Amino acid sequence: MSKQEFTITVYTENHIGLLNRIAIIFSRRKINIESLNTSPSEVEGIHRFTIVIDELEEVVRKLVRQIEKQVEVLKAYYNTNDEIVWQELALYKVSTDEIAEKVKVERLLREYGARAVVIRKDYTIFETSGHREETNRLISVLEPHGLIEFVRSARVAIIKASSGFHEKIKEFEAKEPSDEVIENEYLGKQEEVFTM
Amino acid sequence: MEAVAVSKESTKQKLVTELSGSQAVLEALIAEGVDTIFGYPGGAIMPIYDALYDYHEKLKHILVRHEQGGIHAGQGFARTSGKVGVVFATSGPGATNLVTGLADAQIDSTPLVCITGQVFAHLLGTDAFQETDVINITAPVTKWNYQITDATEIPEVLAKAFYIAKSGRPGPVLIDITKNAQLQKFAYTGYVKCSHIRSYRPKPIVRQEFIEEAAKLINEAEKPFVVFGQGVILGKAEKEFKCFIEKSGIPAAWTILGLSALPTDHPLNMGMLGMHGNYGPNVMTNECDVLIAIGMRFDDRVTGRLDKYAKQAKVIHLDIDPSEIDKNVKASVGVWGDCKETLPLLTKLVQSKVYPTWVEKFRNYQQEEEAQVIFDELHPDTDEMTMGEVIRVLNELTNGDAVVVTDVGQHQMVACRYAKFNETRSNITSGGLGTMGFALPAAIGAKFGVPDRTVVAIIGDGGVQMTIQELGTIMQTGIDVKILILNNRFLGMVRQWQQLFHDKRYSFVDIASPDYVTVAKGYGIAGNSVNERVNLRSAIEAMLLYKGSYLLEVMVGKENNVFPMVPQGCSVSEIRLK
Repeated sequence: MSKQEFTITVYTENHIGLLNRIAIIFSRRKINIESLNTSPSEVEGIHRFTIVIDELEEVVRKLVRQIEKQVEVLKAYYNTNDEIVWQELALYKVSTDEIAEKVKVERLLREYGARAVVIRKDYTIFETSGHREETNRLISVLEPHGLIEFVRSARVAIIKASSGFHEKIKEFEAKEPSDEVIENEYLGKQEEVFTM
Repeated sequence: MEAVAVSKESTKQKLVTELSGSQAVLEALIAEGVDTIFGYPGGAIMPIYDALYDYHEKLKHILVRHEQGGIHAGQGFARTSGKVGVVFATSGPGATNLVTGLADAQIDSTPLVCITGQVFAHLLGTDAFQETDVINITAPVTKWNYQITDATEIPEVLAKAFYIAKSGRPGPVLIDITKNAQLQKFAYTGYVKCSHIRSYRPKPIVRQEFIEEAAKLINEAEKPFVVFGQGVILGKAEKEFKCFIEKSGIPAAWTILGLSALPTDHPLNMGMLGMHGNYGPNVMTNECDVLIAIGMRFDDRVTGRLDKYAKQAKVIHLDIDPSEIDKNVKASVGVWGDCKETLPLLTKLVQSKVYPTWVEKFRNYQQEEEAQVIFDELHPDTDEMTMGEVIRVLNELTNGDAVVVTDVGQHQMVACRYAKFNETRSNITSGGLGTMGFALPAAIGAKFGVPDRTVVAIIGDGGVQMTIQELGTIMQTGIDVKILILNNRFLGMVRQWQQLFHDKRYSFVDIASPDYVTVAKGYGIAGNSVNERVNLRSAIEAMLLYKGSYLLEVMVGKENNVFPMVPQGCSVSEIRLK
């Protein structure tokens, strides 16, 4: 087994300090977080972390258990790239003169799905979203023409097999939850990643 | 407290009183059944201490000499009493002095609620006097922590704190309360205990199919072996555990935190696991066909080299914390649950059996260890006394009824190996973290936890000097703690490693001691020092019979080693007898 990219999705309470508690689970083990996004979820008051790391599955499984152990974490999942749909957003700032002269803007828009967000005399900002390879490709196109600034967002991902958290949260809120919520998925369904 | 209004919205007609945040903190403690607090005041926690002035009849506050002493006392209290230990400290250095104890309680799963004062909320992040970022400093060493900046949060947050500290796998919780919240007056509507947090599932539903799978493996086993840890004690499942091994007839060995969960003289108690554990349990780990781990976490000091640990065996792991299952040792069957519930279910399904030949093998190893190590340790013919013989004499005089609190190092290993226990919650030691300086304050707390029992702190000459200031706490409270210092004039465990693995290069392990008897005298504590075997028994007897605290120093051999030993990086079956 070798290292591969895993996306960890964590449903949490929206609580100050929890980001640190989750981050130190990785840093304590000297594991680099490739990308981290926090966002609201479809359920009001429930926060969602999307974390990307490059690790062995065995390590990821243990990390997820440590994350779930945090009092304010409702549920954590990990998935391979096949199991999710994901996007990253990228912004590129380039000199308007340069770009107008040397690169066909139209080509950029068509081939790379880029969109001009701001066009000023001195610079233009393009935006694309997609997988990392796609956003990287546009860098290589723009770089020879003096890419002034580049930034890429963290990954946001949706698990293909997930049916959302609305039903689950009711289970969590129940004082006597069903077996489904309380079960130890690691014992019963070790092979399945998404079990709830 | 003055009743100012009766809420009309509430159908239950809750009585609303105006309380300060500080009063609400103390009301919460009383509602949780707390009667003892270990603490040290300071600027940022003064409003709570001011309120405590009026509550001193309901809440006993033990003034320690250092916050580290306070938290270790809280740990000792929690470990003997089975209740939540409560600790107060001020902001800044007061709070940072708790960190060692928090880390210790976290790794040894000790339920604590620590309340720290914090600077006024408007000063947070300004580098105010005695301000530290306590929440972030303590995040890795607490089960949960929370900062309160508004008094109205206090009842609910403290209810959560107690619930989290003691439920599931217990652990330390720290609540940091800013000074303004302590001072703030608010409409207090009473205290409601917490029994549910939607994101927290401490008590799993036990799944019968795993119990059945585990029972099947056990019933088919020819050489089953039980290894148990503190989970049995934390789950208050000592009786259930005893029923299980007695019906199944399976020999059992303990981790040092599991010690005293099963009486040491029980016929199926095979002794101690791990680096300085007994010969049989270590070797047999690699010979058994089914290894049943109950409430233990396969610490590296227990397993030795992991890739050579019990590889031949099917492993059944019972634990309340799902993250422990498969963490270090892959389980064939994981039984997630509170062993108070899972053990009786398992006992019902296992066949009543005995394993005479298998148990005989343990006995044979025991005899070999007895002949090669134990006899000489307990009955030495050397001029110098051994730590083992001190423990033997102590056993003879206490009959195994005392609470034994140990520090960290050689004396700890010797005490755990040889001390006799009849009752649970009698062995208090710093296991996971290995905190030198733990024993003296922990013994104070242990005694407050079980005032009717004899508490003996066994401490090395290194560890005692780390928290010796707590003699002041003993002096002031008049608590009866017996302090037994085993003085080998060395930092013995490090010296042993330097001897065995570093060519006897004794680098900074030669430690001088003060005259402990005189030091004790300065604190008004009686004491004695012995360095001749002929005086040992009478000296220990005098210590135990003395009414009040007593310090006894016993001079033991300088360069004695603890054996057997599983050298680091070796498999448990490579355990050395010398």
